[in-house]
Amino acid sequence: MQRGSRPGAADARAPSSRHDVAGDDLVRIRGLTFSRQGRRILDRVDLDIPRGKVTAIMGPSGTGKTTLLKLISGQLRPDAGEVLVDGQNVHRLGRGALFELRKRMGMLFQSGALLTDLDVFENVAFPLREHARLPEPVLRKLVLLKLEAVGLRGAARLLPSELSGGMARRVALARAVALDPMMIMYDEPFTGQDPISMGVLVSLIRNLNDASRLTSIVVSHDVRETASISDYIYIIANGKVMCRGTPAEVAADDSPWVRQFMDGQPDGPVHFHYEARPLEQDLRGAGVKRS
Amino acid sequence: MARLRTLEILVGAFMVAGFVALFFLAMKVSNLSAAANGDGYAIEARFDNVGTLKVRAAVSMAGVRVGRVESIRFDQETYQAVVTMRIEQRFDRIPTDTFANIYTAGLLGEQYIGLDPGGSPDYLADGDQIEHTQSALVLERMIGQFLFSKAEENSQ
Amino acid sequence: MINALASLGRFGLAAIASVGRAHLLLLAILAGLPSMLVRPRLLVAQLYGVGVLSLLIILVSGLFVGMVLGLQGYYVLSQFGAAESLGVMVAASLVRELGPVVTALLVAGRAGSALTAEIGLMKATEQLSGLEMMAVDPVRRVLTPRFFGGFIAMPLLAAMFSAVGVLGGYFVGVGLLGVDDGAFWSQMQAKVDFHEDVVNGVIKSLVFGVVVTWIALFQGYDATPTSAGVSSATTRTVVHSALAVLGLDFVLTALMFGE
Repeated sequence: MQRGSRPGAADARAPSSRHDVAGDDLVRIRGLTFSRQGRRILDRVDLDIPRGKVTAIMGPSGTGKTTLLKLISGQLRPDAGEVLVDGQNVHRLGRGALFELRKRMGMLFQSGALLTDLDVFENVAFPLREHARLPEPVLRKLVLLKLEAVGLRGAARLLPSELSGGMARRVALARAVALDPMMIMYDEPFTGQDPISMGVLVSLIRNLNDASRLTSIVVSHDVRETASISDYIYIIANGKVMCRGTPAEVAADDSPWVRQFMDGQPDGPVHFHYEARPLEQDLRGAGVKRS
Repeated sequence: MARLRTLEILVGAFMVAGFVALFFLAMKVSNLSAAANGDGYAIEARFDNVGTLKVRAAVSMAGVRVGRVESIRFDQETYQAVVTMRIEQRFDRIPTDTFANIYTAGLLGEQYIGLDPGGSPDYLADGDQIEHTQSALVLERMIGQFLFSKAEENSQ
Repeated sequence: MINALASLGRFGLAAIASVGRAHLLLLAILAGLPSMLVRPRLLVAQLYGVGVLSLLIILVSGLFVGMVLGLQGYYVLSQFGAAESLGVMVAASLVRELGPVVTALLVAGRAGSALTAEIGLMKATEQLSGLEMMAVDPVRRVLTPRFFGGFIAMPLLAAMFSAVGVLGGYFVGVGLLGVDDGAFWSQMQAKVDFHEDVVNGVIKSLVFGVVVTWIALFQGYDATPTSAGVSSATTRTVVHSALAVLGLDFVLTALMFGE
């Protein structure tokens, strides 16, 4: 997969304006507000995730990106606002309906979150065994095909403890698509990966999305990798959406905040120095005061 | 799958061992086997004082346990204690004029009912009452009597 | 001064909230019983984890406790010429008290702390979240089998402890110290009552099984998902279990063996 060609191709397919036909958005978020321990993590956020595309949600660490994913899946309840997934209000659903909805969502956790007492095959087979009544030979073939799609069919009998981080994530990806969901959420998939596994994951995400006509939401702060495969980008900081648009639009945006984030500049609207007294005061004084 | 098989066998062995232990405790350690012969026939006896006799205390003849005390109640009309004993079915030749005494096992032991046989040709049946009873010895009374008789001796 | 009071109040409220969470978790665990019965494999795996793996420590401890009872009991009873009652003494102590209580403490230490660490780590590595996302209730899948595994294993372990202890006492009393073989067993069988002693002991260990497993599972499920959090949760499991078992033992003994 040529990474350089992605933004151009994506441009041609991306929606030309923000006011799309409502049915084209798989997830619609309006006025989402969420606080934790007094801190406002998300403040009246509006988001649309278009169907069939890869949407990236980026921002500095700790800005609530993982929280956003958990709000979409209903694992957390918002203080205000609503999350509509495929037309259903996630937080108004009863237990059974919510579980049904979750079967159609896949999620890839940062650490893979494989069940440590099962081997790779059983991990991928897990959702199939739980939710689908399949005869064993059919299930076996299905699992092997999913593993083949992520390139790990040969590792079927290894235990999670014997896998590298990148391999564990690929197995988790195979598990996430086991039930052929309508959307997948990726929580920081590229963090801590070497260039090769990074490249593998990047191409897997894009190919899976296109091959199965999935909707993908990628939460990450790896700007280059994520931008290279996304159709649409949201940048979230301080609880608000700072910038939204296609990769080309975001690259052209010249607000200082977006520029500091996208270009990785050490100092700018997000200060380098943590709040402190002037240096002379600290050097002259005896202890180190909490300012 | 072989691992699962071993697991199942071990768990099965564990459960069996656990139940064997419970069975051992029930049969060999406790009195379940003895108490299992629950049927017998009931006879009553009235005492002025049962002392510290308890339910499930032994009922013996010639030192051999023939039954157990089933219940002890208080009769408000006659101000006596009414003891119901359950005698094992096989001891069915207890004469009707048998004595029922309350003895103490050892010096500090628990109290039990000892039956001294009479000479009547008729035998006790279910629901019969023993006429001749001797109450438990109360320590304080004995000491009092002893002191009293000692005082009398000295004054003579 | 005000700060100290405020902290105390916060601590108290946090403790009460924790108790509330624990009870809600217990209800959720019990509600998972029907779905667990459909998958007996999960229960079998947990019976192995709690029961079979605790066997070694239970049997060895039971043997030694029984032997010590035999020794100590002999020295005390022989002073009153009552050495033949050794069997009763050993058996009654074990079946009524030491079997259920010591077993519960040992299981809390061995299996309870392992359960807490396991659940806490599953929480820290997002396995529980992952299960939720796959539309599988983590409480029913992970916690319920472990709860019933502990509940079933505990009375069996306590019975094995008591049984081995009696044999240990027999070995020391009759084998080494010369107590009469027949008297040992006959007095025991006469005085140890099935309903009052054995059944009550089983009831005690069932109660302890519930409490120990519940505490272990709750501490794991509630732990802060970091390595420090899991380690302090494990310590809490052992301490809380020990206190709960000993406290409940007093209450149960008073209820069962009082007049």
